[in-house]
Amino acid sequence: MYKNLNRTQKRRKLSQFIMFGFFRVSAAINGIALLIIFYFLVARGWRAITWTFLTQPPMDSMTRGGILPCIIGTVCLSLGAIIAALPIGVASAIYLNEYAFQGRALRIIRLGINNLAGVPSVVFGLFGLAFFVVYLKMGVSILAGALTLGVLTLPVIIGATEEALRAVPETYREASLGLGATKWQTIYRVVLPTALPGILTGGILGLSRAAGETAPIMFTAAVFFTPSLPSSIFDEIMALPYHIYVLATAGTEIEATRHLQYGTALVLIVLVLGLNLMAIIYRARLQKRQ
Amino acid sequence: MEKSSHTGKSRYRTEKIIRITFFCISLASIATLALITIFLFMEGLPIFKEVSVKDFVFGQYWYPTDEPPDFGIFPLIIGSLSVTGVSSLISIPLGVLTALYLAESASASVRQWVKPVVELMAALPSVVIGFFGMVIIAPFLQEVFDVPTGLNLFNASLMLAFMSIPTICSISEDAIFSVPTELKEASLALGATKWETISRVILPASLSGITTAIILGMSRAIGETMVVLMVAGGAAIVPTSLFDPVRPMPASIAAEMAEAPFRGDHYHALFATAVVLFLFTLLFNLAADHISHKYKQVGASTL
Repeated sequence: MYKNLNRTQKRRKLSQFIMFGFFRVSAAINGIALLIIFYFLVARGWRAITWTFLTQPPMDSMTRGGILPCIIGTVCLSLGAIIAALPIGVASAIYLNEYAFQGRALRIIRLGINNLAGVPSVVFGLFGLAFFVVYLKMGVSILAGALTLGVLTLPVIIGATEEALRAVPETYREASLGLGATKWQTIYRVVLPTALPGILTGGILGLSRAAGETAPIMFTAAVFFTPSLPSSIFDEIMALPYHIYVLATAGTEIEATRHLQYGTALVLIVLVLGLNLMAIIYRARLQKRQ
Repeated sequence: MEKSSHTGKSRYRTEKIIRITFFCISLASIATLALITIFLFMEGLPIFKEVSVKDFVFGQYWYPTDEPPDFGIFPLIIGSLSVTGVSSLISIPLGVLTALYLAESASASVRQWVKPVVELMAALPSVVIGFFGMVIIAPFLQEVFDVPTGLNLFNASLMLAFMSIPTICSISEDAIFSVPTELKEASLALGATKWETISRVILPASLSGITTAIILGMSRAIGETMVVLMVAGGAAIVPTSLFDPVRPMPASIAAEMAEAPFRGDHYHALFATAVVLFLFTLLFNLAADHISHKYKQVGASTL
């Protein structure tokens, strides 16, 4: 009888051991996949990264030279997107978290945000084309591209800001209101300063999201090649993600420009992941402090 | 505001104005969603003067540039559904198991490393993943499986799985994390092993959250553009094998929009395809929203 019980116990232990093994293996597969991607991009891309590559425009129908216009383009587009989306996103989050009552209106607004977050990126591109480029007559321009990307990053910023606002202790608000401050004074002087680091983290995440997107700018801002750097927000522009796509699929010499493709991809992920790491580390520090 | 703060009434009015302003701004998201819907339909609907809705959705042939053109997006829809289906066979187990690992079995120090991995996976730009699939995975598949092209359904599904794992994993993890500790402790106190607790208590309790995570992950996969544009192969056929090239809806839209004559039939047909795609993701997202609200995890009493 004792033996029997032991066997059951052993079996239960064993099944736990096996299942936990599966958990570990799946987590490891993710890590390995990420490492493989990094390995190939870094191993084949780092040699392309030279001073000329970073500071020169493409030459000889994009088979030589650098990617300076693309870097500038991506910076313009993603900064523009954040400038458009941050105020609206933060204000929306303030309403949702500080003013709104639980109810139907709130439920509908949230549903709108969730669904906006789920819209496919190519649909954003078509919307940008139909609305900003054609209907508002902005043309294919930095402005149209930045606004399209802004719409796309809006849910990211709202989400991050709400999280930051939720992390502000209720006692802060109560203390401020108890001293006779109005709701807005409380928000402006107490809640927002406390939540600011969290909101900035959200802004950084939005920035990195906007920098990496391709489909939304394909029809609204990015072009194959432009010889000059942009001089106004109504200019067309080159951008890193679109440049990778163009070189890899439609360039004149797809095989011969492989090193440029790897180099561009490496620059893009260093940019995007650098921003993300910044946000992750910053957030971890904040959590430790709280 | 400082000046008027001595009179309660004007102070009240200022507060009200501020409140209303914030309310109006918070409607921006839903207004944008409405604008997206309106403009997609506005530019998409004219195609139905040329073909019927039935012929458009169930038509077998997509030859938009032929004379006369064929606008049947059935192969594109099947392309989208097949890459989404195959990718979720990979991403659901990996995503959910990783979430369980993070929430239940990993030590704090390992967690500290695995969590950023998942976050970085989510942050990788889709064009980079598409590029990777094109230059590394495609030749590899072609050699190992001895198929005519490495740019096919299987490759696209692999890359899409990589992209939807973070979504599935992080939302599932939140759901697992919010299972009340009393439930877990009660089960452990009754002598259940950790795994028995997970499979009989934690998983049933967090099922609605995990389902939401899976649906959102699939919605991400069906709408993903650059990956399917670069690695799916681009043939508008109904696939018969895992290694056939396909042309999912987003790929078709992204590839052809630049060449489609402005406001011609092809242009309208692509917008109509986007409407179909949009409706698919809307359906996924509404389903996810419905499940997460209807079966909301509130506390121990919900089990």
